Amino acid sequence: MIRINITSVFVDDQAKALAFYTDVLGFVKKNDVPMGPHRWLTVVSPEQPDGVELLLEPSEHPAAAPFKEALVADGIPFTSFAVDDVRAEFARLTAAGVRFVQEPVDMGPVTVATLDDTCGNLIQIATMNG
Amino acid sequence: MDAVFKAIGDPTRRAVLDELVDRDGQTLFEICSRLTMKHGLTSSRQAISQHLAVLEEAGLVTTRREGRYKFHHLDTTPLRSILERWPIREQP
Repeated sequence: MIRINITSVFVDDQAKALAFYTDVLGFVKKNDVPMGPHRWLTVVSPEQPDGVELLLEPSEHPAAAPFKEALVADGIPFTSFAVDDVRAEFARLTAAGVRFVQEPVDMGPVTVATLDDTCGNLIQIATMNG
Repeated sequence: MDAVFKAIGDPTRRAVLDELVDRDGQTLFEICSRLTMKHGLTSSRQAISQHLAVLEEAGLVTTRREGRYKFHHLDTTPLRSILERWPIREQP
């Protein structure tokens, strides 16, 4: 059976990304393997240490920068993560200095907010309502 | 004034204005999400961009760039021209 093991996000700087995704967002480091100038660097949710890994992938390819910039300009999140309570996370992360381009909005079945991951991406956090 | 009437003569554009009243200063993505999730409007992002251009031409929407982000803001002052032309009379 096919399943999702790893998904990735392109980051400008792996060290900075690791700090943001762990210290600020709350993921924990899973794998950190030297790969030439870069690292095979993954994080997981502390709730699911054996769950899907998020690969912090260097956005080195020349196509990555214009792609990311175009998404950010239109406010489009690169990916979305689940949280228990978007509004509580918004308060916690805002207090930690995180920049949101979209405050929590109730969209019916889901409440979402969009933050800047400081590594060139917008990230959505989402809570299913009800 | 023609531009204002053209702008508000379309239900999608009126929905955009409604959502900007709800929260001012939205990205294109947030506007598109709200139209889809709250109004069942499934217009393409390009179509919404064009609607926003019409609203901007009428002065009802302004855009603000902040670093790498772009936000859309509501400006209702062009609507005043309608009331100036046809003032609301108090009923005796």
